[in-house]
Amino acid sequence: MSNLLDLLVAGLATGAIYALVAVGFTLLWQTSQTINFAQGEFVMLPAFLMLAVMHAGAPFWLAIILGILLSLLLLGLGFKLLLVDPMLRHGVLPLAIATMALAIGMKEAVKQFFSAEASPFPSIVPAGDVSILGRVVSLQSLGVLALAIAVVIGLTALLNRTSIGHQMQATAQNPTVARIIGVPVERMILLTFLINAFLVALASLLITPIYLAKFSSGEVLGQAAFIAAIVGGFNQVRGAIAGGLLIGVVDNLAAAYVSTQYRAAVPLILLIVIILFRPQGLLGRPEERTV
Amino acid sequence: MTATGKYLRIVLGIAVIAALIVVPMNFNRYGLYILSQWAVMTIAAMGLNLTLGYAGQISLAQGAFVGIGAYAAAIMTTQGMPLIAALAVAIVLCFAIGWILGYPALRVQHHYLAFVTLAFSTLAFLVFRNEDWLTKGIYGISNIPRPNVMGFATNRPLPFYYFCLGSLGIVSLAMWWLIRSPWGRAFVALRENPVRALSLGIDTRRYTLMAFAIGSALGGVAGTLYAPLTQYIDPVPFNLSLSLDLLMMVIVGGSGFFFGPFLGAMIAVLLPEWLRFTQGYYLMLYAVAVMLLLIYSPTGILGILDRYLAERRTKVASALRAVAKSRLETAP
Repeated sequence: MSNLLDLLVAGLATGAIYALVAVGFTLLWQTSQTINFAQGEFVMLPAFLMLAVMHAGAPFWLAIILGILLSLLLLGLGFKLLLVDPMLRHGVLPLAIATMALAIGMKEAVKQFFSAEASPFPSIVPAGDVSILGRVVSLQSLGVLALAIAVVIGLTALLNRTSIGHQMQATAQNPTVARIIGVPVERMILLTFLINAFLVALASLLITPIYLAKFSSGEVLGQAAFIAAIVGGFNQVRGAIAGGLLIGVVDNLAAAYVSTQYRAAVPLILLIVIILFRPQGLLGRPEERTV
Repeated sequence: MTATGKYLRIVLGIAVIAALIVVPMNFNRYGLYILSQWAVMTIAAMGLNLTLGYAGQISLAQGAFVGIGAYAAAIMTTQGMPLIAALAVAIVLCFAIGWILGYPALRVQHHYLAFVTLAFSTLAFLVFRNEDWLTKGIYGISNIPRPNVMGFATNRPLPFYYFCLGSLGIVSLAMWWLIRSPWGRAFVALRENPVRALSLGIDTRRYTLMAFAIGSALGGVAGTLYAPLTQYIDPVPFNLSLSLDLLMMVIVGGSGFFFGPFLGAMIAVLLPEWLRFTQGYYLMLYAVAVMLLLIYSPTGILGILDRYLAERRTKVASALRAVAKSRLETAP
């Protein structure tokens, strides 16, 4: 029982990171029909950008700021202008395939220009344990969980409480009508790309200390985020959050109670079952698009 | 004009086939290995082209089917059974699994299908790696024998290359026939407009599943050739990246074009050899090239060619029309 509690906390912590990535993924789909198969690599890259800045002699805090700014520039603005905008007119599928090529390119670039080996990455949460209600819980798990929850709450508030958030929702639901009533649709779409870039940079910052920085680490992360997005509901931000947390917990429980060999299979089977029996996801509504 | 075009095409086809037979005769072992690999990958990509290019259903599981075929061949031939039996098992198995995997395609949109097939791909990899009793796990299966074809041993590289080439020829003919049959037209109708296809009386359910199953079965065929080609298999080559590679081959060559997979597989298999001087940068350059190609022409290289030919045809036609018109006007 006590073991179960530890697993739940660890699962929620990784799940919260998955949720950040999955939210970005659904945002891109909502506003510009972009299925980003490179989303996992998007999480992998910022850690290397930060490491590169640190290798140049900058302190960690500066590396974080520069890393996030570079991510906004490359993974937000660059991704939209150079790949999505010219590809979008060809339809959903060619764009999805182009992002697969992008994923390969990013992996290879990091492997060539940085290192094929895993590099350690400093944690922004100090190591150590705290005791809560007589249980020892790792500070890192708690810190990650707290930060991820704060970001998710902030994002939800942005989408639901502010004028910009409402304009983004309008853009997602019906771009034509949104344009007619004066929403700057183009700017809103760009904003979602920037938000996605910010979310993946943050996820990178949180998850890399746990799993090390490696060029191939995006594969697992990307898959977890896709599964989270679909299980929770592709067309709902809160669905993606719920899906992320669920996948994190399921992943950790499977590691403990299912054979280690087939641990990775459990979320996949969950995905197939959801797609077959509830394709709109646990919280999603069919054929409807909202942010 | 069209008649000479037709003859030109036949002559070109014969020349290419003759070159494929004659030129490799004095290739070394490695060159023949690469060419055989091209033939095998072309078969797998042709299957995916049927699913993706003609029927319009995305699949990220083709690599898994190649794996299933390869393991069927490896397990059965090392037990002393003939390759043809393994081929039959691989085709039936991949057809059945492909059929079942097609069911989600009936319910959900294309991108969901990408994820279902992606999940299947990873699941298949886990089975290859973990079921030691069947697949020998990470140690792999070695000493896979090469078959005797009609009394000829194909142990040496050149005969085995001809065996692969012959298989490619047979598969190509079958595919050529399939695409021109009512089935092939039904697949295209499905891709272009499923609702209209349904209203024209095409059983879209059955044809979607069929496109998936036949495409997957061809993946299995490629796998049964892959195992005796490398003579050693382990789970690593059949992970998700093979499925992605095959998808790239179809897209780069030109999805929905008969010769797309031939060209795409050639680029994906041969280009790394030619670009060896770029060392590790090859895959990066390839990825960038694919993105640029997709931006310019989402239907691949043959799509560019097709567009060019269509433009020229309209130009010629309008020129002829102008001539005819001026004749009419000058006529008394």
